Parts: sequence; C-alpha cells; structure tokens
Amino acid sequence: MGPVTFAVLATALVVSALTVVVHPSPVKSAMALVVTLFLLAVVFVFLGAHMIAALQVIVYAGAIMVLFLFVIMLLNLSDDGAEARHQGGALFRLGAWIGGGVLAVELAALFLRVPFPAPATPPAGYGGAEAVATALFVDYLLPFELTSILLLVAIVGAVVLAQRRAA
Amino acid sequence: MLDQYLGVILTFGFAAVIVGIMCGASMVLGAHHPSAVKQQVFECGNPPTGPARGRFSVRFYLVAILFIVFDVEVVFLYPWAIVFRRLGVPGLVEMMVFIGVLAAGLGYVWKKGALSWD
Amino acid sequence: MWADAGIAAVKSLVMLLLALNLTLVLLWVERKGSALIQDRIGANRANIFGGILPFNLGIVNTLIADPIKMFTKEDVIPDGADKLLHFFGPFLAVFPVLATFAAVPFGDVLVIGDRTINLQVADLNVGILYVLAMSGLSVYGVVLGGWATNSRWSLLGAIRGSAQMISYEIAMGLGLIGAILTFGTLDLQAIARAQGATIWGVIPAWGIIYQPLGFLIFLVAGIAETKRVPFDLPEGESELTSGYFTEYSGSKQATFMMSDFAEIVVVSALATTLFFGAWQVPYLARDGFHFPGGFALALPQLVVVAMQVVSFILKILVLCCFQILVRWSLPRYRYDQLMDLGWKTLLPLALANVLLTAVIIVLAG
Repeated sequence: MGPVTFAVLATALVVSALTVVVHPSPVKSAMALVVTLFLLAVVFVFLGAHMIAALQVIVYAGAIMVLFLFVIMLLNLSDDGAEARHQGGALFRLGAWIGGGVLAVELAALFLRVPFPAPATPPAGYGGAEAVATALFVDYLLPFELTSILLLVAIVGAVVLAQRRAA
Repeated sequence: MLDQYLGVILTFGFAAVIVGIMCGASMVLGAHHPSAVKQQVFECGNPPTGPARGRFSVRFYLVAILFIVFDVEVVFLYPWAIVFRRLGVPGLVEMMVFIGVLAAGLGYVWKKGALSWD
Repeated sequence: MWADAGIAAVKSLVMLLLALNLTLVLLWVERKGSALIQDRIGANRANIFGGILPFNLGIVNTLIADPIKMFTKEDVIPDGADKLLHFFGPFLAVFPVLATFAAVPFGDVLVIGDRTINLQVADLNVGILYVLAMSGLSVYGVVLGGWATNSRWSLLGAIRGSAQMISYEIAMGLGLIGAILTFGTLDLQAIARAQGATIWGVIPAWGIIYQPLGFLIFLVAGIAETKRVPFDLPEGESELTSGYFTEYSGSKQATFMMSDFAEIVVVSALATTLFFGAWQVPYLARDGFHFPGGFALALPQLVVVAMQVVSFILKILVLCCFQILVRWSLPRYRYDQLMDLGWKTLLPLALANVLLTAVIIVLAG
C-alpha cells in the first residue's frame, strides 16, 4: 500500500470514526460505523488479505451492524436522546478526561520512544482463503472448536433474555 | 494482485453515479408543489397521531442475534469448504463437532419456541 | 497501464448496462407475463409513430416511456422525514446489488492480438464472498428507507423486510457451501471453467448435477431475498400499503422497484454461474465444438466467445422468467410460515446438505 493510498484511506477512516462518536443522531452514527467497518475491509484488501476483507464486510458491516440498527430502533432512540447521553455528571466527565489524558500521554510516549518498524512484506497468500483455513483448522483447532461453544452460549443467552422480556 | 480490484473500484464508481442519478432524477426533473396534506405520511386516510417510530416486538431483536450467530458459523464454513479435500476425514470430523454444537443450539431455540411466531 | 484501466472501465460499464437492461426487460416480461397468466393484454400502448406500425410496441412503453414518466414525477418527502436517509434508502437498496456484478463472469477469455481479456470485471479469488457481502449490504436500503420516512407502515415494512432478508441470508450462504465444497474454490471464473468438463464424456459437469439440493435451497432463499410474492410480507399491499417504500414517489420509488428486479438478476446470475455452467455451452471448447463420439466442429474464437456470452444471458433470462412465473403463481405466505420456512426447513436442510456433500466427497476420495 503506497503512502498516498494509505493517507486517503486513513483520513476517510478517521473522519467516519469521528462521525460515529460525535453525530447526534444514533441511526446516522450507526451508519457511519458501517462505513468505518467497510473502509477497514478496504484496508485489508490493500494488505492482500482478501478473505479477511470479505468476512469483515459479511460479519461486521452486514450482520452485527444490522443488530445495532435493530436495537436503536427497538429502544426508539431518537435525536432528542442525544442530550441525555451528554448528561454524565461532573464526576463522570472528570473521569473521562483523566482516562483520555492518560491514554493520550501513553500513546505519545509510545510514538516518541519506539521507532516505527519498516513495513514488512506479507508472505505470499497471506490473509487469503488457504492461509486462513490452515490457521483455523490445523494450527488453532481447539480455539476454533471452542468458538462453537461460545456461539452456543450466545444463542442460549439471547433466548433466555428475550423470553424473560417477553414474559 | 490489486489490478483485480481496479474493476471493483470502477464498478463502484459507475454504479454510484447511475444509482445516484436514478434516485435524484425526480428532485431535479420533477415538479415541486408541496402542500400540508401532500407532505403528510399515509395512515389509512386519517391524520396520523403520535410518533411513528414506536417500539416493536422483541422477536425481531432475537432474529437479529440468531442471525449473527449463524452467520459467524457460515463464515467458518467458507474457508473449511475450500481446503476440505486437503483436510480429508479429520476435517470432516472437526466440522461435524462444530456444526453439531450449533445444531444443538438451533434445537434449543426451536424447543424454546423462539422461532415460532404466533 | 492505461490500456488496462480502459479495458476495465469498458468491462464494468458493459456489465452494469447488461444488468440494467436485463432489469428493464424483466419489467416488461413481468407486465406481459402476468397479463398472459391472467388472460389480459397487458402493456400495449406505445403510440409513438401514430399507430402506423403493424406490430405492438408494448416493450417500448416499458423501456422508455415508463422510466421517463417515473423520473419526471414529483419527489414528495413527507414532513418529519430524514431527508438524507430518505435519499440513501433507495440508493443503498440498489447500489450494492449492482456492485455484485463486478464478480460475475459473463464469458471466457477473449484474445485480441497479444492481449488476453478475461470477460469478468474483476477476477476476485473470493468472488462468492464478495457477492454475498455486497448483497448483504442491501438490507440497509430497506431498513433506512423505512425508518427515514417517519411512517408507521414504512417502519413495519422495514423491520419485517430486514428480518426476512437476514433470516434467508443464512440459508443462502449455507446453500452455497455445498457448491464451494464441490468446486473447492471461491473464484467464480474458476468455478465456471470447472463446469466445462463432462461426466463420462457425455453429461456436462454443471453444478446442479452435484448439488441439486443446494440449488433448490439457494433458489428459494434467493427468491425470499428479493422480497417478492410469495415472500412479499414487507410490502404486502393489503396490510402495509406498500411497506418500506410507502412514502416514496417518483424516481426514488422507481429505484426501490428496480432493486427487486436487480436482485432477481443477481440471484439468477449467481445460480447460473454456480449451478448451470455459467457461460459454458455443452461441448463447446475454446476452438469449437467437441461432441461426444469424436465429432468436432472448429469455430473462430470470436464466434465461440459470442456464443458463450449469449448462452450466459439466455440462462439468466430463463431463471428470471422462472422467478416471475413463481411470483404470479403462488399466494403470499403468512409471516410465521415465512420464518418457519427459513429457520426450520431451509437451515436444517442446508446443514444436512453440507454434511452430506462432505461425506460423499470423503467417500469418493
């Protein structure tokens, strides 16, 4: 990925990510998140990780964000909810500022002290279908199988929560 | 490698222009005579009352969660399907365990009646 | 470099225009076909030359007069609607669908001089996933379109529509796994080439022979994704007026209407590519026909490529017409039946199909 491409993509990513945070309307904020996730997939494409890029769009931009939108609509969050979201109380705000400040100092220290590594050329087939499959089904077999348990827990949890709400 | 995506980028550009023109044509070409009645949303001929964006059934929310879970499952199946011939019998067993656990999940949801809309 | 970019631009324009024209032709097929089924005459008024022509110009009516009419209507945006999202609803319903055509191969390679042109806009090695990812994004068009207008019918239609689309996306994706197992790749052009082989030297090795159940699941899920009868719950006119596009008029409404037809074309194109040999004509290789029994007929390359592209379009049209036939033959499902079909019938069937295919592949070595 050339520096120009990276600059364009990174700017678009940062702008859309900022829109997620600052936009007063929850639905538009969610849509900005969809754009952010889509642009992230484009970054993956430029890194040669085609499989990951496609899965990123399918799972994050296509599935998880639909749930986000559903929740926003289900709870009927509207633009007037924005005011309520910003009322955090003085203590809450102080905490947020301190937390953000610490993070900023840490990041600055990191960037100043640690030299940037030269961008490595990914090995051939990196992030492609074959590489992902080998990693999943040969190298990390147990975590992969455990994922199914995790998903099962998610199913059970969702049903239990939803049915308690309905009852 | 990237020149494959040149076509995708170009298609995105052309498609955006075509669809944009299609969506915007009426704004430019069409008449513009707004009136209080015309701008009302349709509600069986009555003046609409109350906010339109009310809450809706929790079932849709459940469908969305189940969709994510099974979508993630399907996503695991794609790389598996590509290398399946190389993995052979161990690959089949691996995936049978994975699908088995999630089929149990589907059975649970089914039994709990979360899939029935009555 | 610039020549490559030019060729890519021409290819993507050709593909998009092909998709758009197929969509428009489908509109006419729908109107004439439904008239045929219901014993009516259908779209027949196109008096453009003062009626001196001896034949009917109904197709002109649908292809030219209808779009002009729709595009010059007033664009009504109701009070309380979100103007930006009101635009992006129809935009997002069609844009991702058109973008999927970038990965669909509409022919084999065309050799001109020393240049080999692959008749596919983008030869992606994750082609199937690209198509699924893009068509998955069109759900936002429905959700936003319905939510933006501040109307009860629209919101109900949008929620129903998106729940239906995501439910059937699972079955659609799972239905394709069997085909991916069979061909061992996600590259649509490679899948198209693999179907040029023959079984026992006679039967064309099309995907449907290996994956009849997978095709059925994909087709049903695909029809459900298009949100048309018998799965048109999101826009059931007797209960929701028009569902998520109740509050749309003019060209935006036309765009929503077009999204249905564009999705029909995508489903047909993907089904053709995976299950009906894509652009393959039986026994036609790059240098001409090689019939079983040793009889061969040499053909110039240009003729071969033309036949392949035409066969691809014809196969798509047949599948499209089948979907329109389904639309005008079946009554609408109830919502619980719709969800049952997706989650309790297609999903288990698709899982069984995946395991069955895998077992057969292992047994066959």
